[in-house]
Amino acid sequence: MNKDLKIATRQSFGEALKELGDKNENIVVFDADLAGATKTGIFKKAHPDRFFDIGIAECNMVGIAAGMATCGKIPYAASFAAFICGRAYDQIRASVCYPNLNVKICGTHSGLTVGEDGATHQMLEDISLMRVLPNMKVFSPSDDIQTKWAVEEASKINGPVYLRFSRLATPVIYENETTFEFGKGVCFGTGNKATVFATGSMVYKALEAKELLEKEGINIRVVDIWCIKPIDRELVIKCAKETDKLISIEDHSIYGGLGDAISDVLIENYPKKLIKMGVKDSFGTSGKALEILEHYGLTTEKIIENIKS
Amino acid sequence: MDDNEYLEIYEKAINIRKSILKLSFEANSGHPGGSLSIADIMAVLYFSEMRINPLETKDPNRDRLVLSKGHAAPALYGALKERGFLSEEDMSGFRKIGGILQGHPDMKHTIGVDMSTGSLGQGISVAVGMAMAGKLDNKDYRVYVILGDGEIEEGQVWEALMSATHYKLDNLCVIVDNNNLQIDGTIEEVMNSYPIDEKFKAFGFNTINIDGNKIEEIQNAFTCAKIFKDKPTAIIAKTIKGKGISYMENKVEWHGKAPNQDEYEKAIQELNKQMEQVKQRIETRAK
Repeated sequence: MNKDLKIATRQSFGEALKELGDKNENIVVFDADLAGATKTGIFKKAHPDRFFDIGIAECNMVGIAAGMATCGKIPYAASFAAFICGRAYDQIRASVCYPNLNVKICGTHSGLTVGEDGATHQMLEDISLMRVLPNMKVFSPSDDIQTKWAVEEASKINGPVYLRFSRLATPVIYENETTFEFGKGVCFGTGNKATVFATGSMVYKALEAKELLEKEGINIRVVDIWCIKPIDRELVIKCAKETDKLISIEDHSIYGGLGDAISDVLIENYPKKLIKMGVKDSFGTSGKALEILEHYGLTTEKIIENIKS
Repeated sequence: MDDNEYLEIYEKAINIRKSILKLSFEANSGHPGGSLSIADIMAVLYFSEMRINPLETKDPNRDRLVLSKGHAAPALYGALKERGFLSEEDMSGFRKIGGILQGHPDMKHTIGVDMSTGSLGQGISVAVGMAMAGKLDNKDYRVYVILGDGEIEEGQVWEALMSATHYKLDNLCVIVDNNNLQIDGTIEEVMNSYPIDEKFKAFGFNTINIDGNKIEEIQNAFTCAKIFKDKPTAIIAKTIKGKGISYMENKVEWHGKAPNQDEYEKAIQELNKQMEQVKQRIETRAK
């Protein structure tokens, strides 16, 4: 992990889209008047003929993307996670997932790390909403390298994918050119004191905790669950068997998100206690991103505390 | 349109109506009223207007139809059967487990269905996307979309209309089935969307008002739509809900109710009689 190099995954998303557009003529991109913030503007600049601003109309945007998909295009439709997953939910359900159309739903500005804009813009329920939809796959990448890989990987899947990105710049975790495997988590370390399952912008915090604990002689492992659906069942079960304590952490509600996805696997295969770190049945609040995370207990220190307690 | 062409399309519309009744009767469920109101429009689309081929159902250059008012699925299935996309066998099992004809159109189950619909207000956006893809690829196919007059109460419809004009989609033709009845009552009673034509005009559409149960008027409107450049066209089709079946016409209770055995037989008799009358009229005129 390179703590000095911080990049927001929305930025990596924009850059990856542009690259993908260079290689694949069928990529089309949609935005709902947020191209500057979602970073689809990077694609727009390079491929203006294949970029469509639909204005502040997310439902229509998703429907149009579905129509384009029926004609062989590979649409990436982007907005803040709150608006694309929330406002356009029935469109994603009925016009994308039900006919299994090749539309990529891209939610930037997910979670508390949106910061100052506050609760209406801090989407804490998107993983839950997307995870329950048949045919939908859910990617929640943790850094620049993984995001770029995931954006391209999504184009190879013939069907709907939800891609979750963050506003806040976070450390680059992976080495350049690292590749990942669809449906497979990434396990850091072999310690057996605890496993911290983390996703998105919380992975680096879990890795920080791992590093600090190692100095005290406590060895844990961190699992980056970037692919929340389908989830890596084998790895979850393996870690449950091999480690004493299980923790999940997500910048998302504890209802229906990563924690619940892991609980589902545990309860059916290897029942074991899981400490779910996330937002507990609450909306977000305005403030500075890192201060808000502290307010909601999503910190490296809290992870360590949970492991030690 | 000469007499023979007219008679052929008229006969197809009658057959589509028969399919609507048969499907609803056999399923003991469905939406005959709003299916019957668009039978004439479907007959013109599938037997005169649309460039389609039942042997090449995925042809990228084909014209597309999105039935945004998906509950009128029986009208679509009837048209697809008449046009040779579906067989007699395919027509059994409507609304039943294992059948290929879902309660609302399903592109994954039914050949010839260009888009799955059912949740109102969504098909229009999809049609806009198809039309945009046509422009992007320089293809000359046309996209047709049928909206219900109750359906246009959905806000998404107006988002979609705005984008259709913005992107100058003259390859898009919107048909509003203005049968004036929705589930809870008349359009005026439930949520008055009139004047519909003025609203479409205000959104930048080439707007045409027609009697949507008159074959020549439907055909003429499609011809006008095709030659109109730089703007999408909206055809506001005044129709009769339950059209063709005396006891169903303009009766809101037939929105989502199936006929019983007696009602079904009476309806088929009425349709046969209508067909005979038109044939006689044309024969008399020819003499």
